[in-house]
Amino acid sequence: MYIIVVGGGKVGYYLTKTLLNEGHEVLLIERDRDKFETYSERFGSVILQGDGAEASVLATAGAARADVLIAVTGEDEDNLVICQMAKHKFHVAKTIARVNNPKNEQLFKLLDTDVTVSQTNYILGLIEQAIPDRAFIHLLNLRHADLAIIEATISEESPVAHKTVGEVDLPVSCVIAAIARQADVIVPDPDTEILPFDEIIAVTHRTEEDELRRLLIQD
Amino acid sequence: MKVVVMGCGRVGARVSSILDHNGHDITVIDTNAIAFRRLSPEFGGDTILGTGIDEDVLKSAGIETADAFIAVTNGDNRNIMAGQVARTIFDVANVIVRIYDPVREDTYRRLGLSTVCPTTTISALIIDQVIGASEPYRRVASRGA
Repeated sequence: MYIIVVGGGKVGYYLTKTLLNEGHEVLLIERDRDKFETYSERFGSVILQGDGAEASVLATAGAARADVLIAVTGEDEDNLVICQMAKHKFHVAKTIARVNNPKNEQLFKLLDTDVTVSQTNYILGLIEQAIPDRAFIHLLNLRHADLAIIEATISEESPVAHKTVGEVDLPVSCVIAAIARQADVIVPDPDTEILPFDEIIAVTHRTEEDELRRLLIQD
Repeated sequence: MKVVVMGCGRVGARVSSILDHNGHDITVIDTNAIAFRRLSPEFGGDTILGTGIDEDVLKSAGIETADAFIAVTNGDNRNIMAGQVARTIFDVANVIVRIYDPVREDTYRRLGLSTVCPTTTISALIIDQVIGASEPYRRVASRGA
């Protein structure tokens, strides 16, 4: 697979290194001459100096035959334009953009970027999971369907404690997928009773995540 | 007409001052407060400090009720992104984006943005003046102007 990476910051550098180790054909485009020279010494001829939003640079990079282009500069406007140029001018099949400001994720999706990676959201998510005694945790977004997987820890005060799954009036696009109870994982049916200290794993549409939180945790 | 202008450089300040003078409702956005000094002393519109690629900044500039949005910062990519935010998220009827790079300008014009490319416009004007002066039939510099 031929992969073009634009932006040689920490993310671009390690990404290039990893992809090379996996045996892919990789080209890293970096604007800054000093970085370009340092990386050239380390990686050899897989670095190109230039502005990845310039069509001539993308043409030199062979964007027309690239399978994937990944834009990971520190500026959202650059990542957006680099992906759009790759897609509309060079017909790159898959473009991936790093989104620095989580607010921009929606816009990038509207504007045909195939995949967005919001590092800020990802790190927030990891930190959130690491904070102890949080009753409701967002585990993962499922991009294509706009779904999220969440984990909720049921307490004695929870509105759903001691109810059966069938009695819980879930929002329309929510499903309780599993209940972790001590060492067991139960796949619930409508008659399964929810007990305090259960950890509920649910799949929910992202628009109903807050409603689900109130229903299970009542915070 | 309500117009939001992003970038208060020479062009942004001039466009804003003239439109304001003609009685339009203007809000100018720039990341640097000193840039607003370029506006004419009579300028009666609003100034907002911030970046126009931020939806919240655009909202505070009144983008939701704007008839036109003009992106004239020094950054092509910033102008392009802001223009697409104005058009896609806020449905602004008339979005004008300055793009210095002719190839990028061509790409985004095809994608439906109203673009102005100083590079091609000024080149055409200069070429017309050079060739026009030496040819028997003087061509009036008009293309793109």
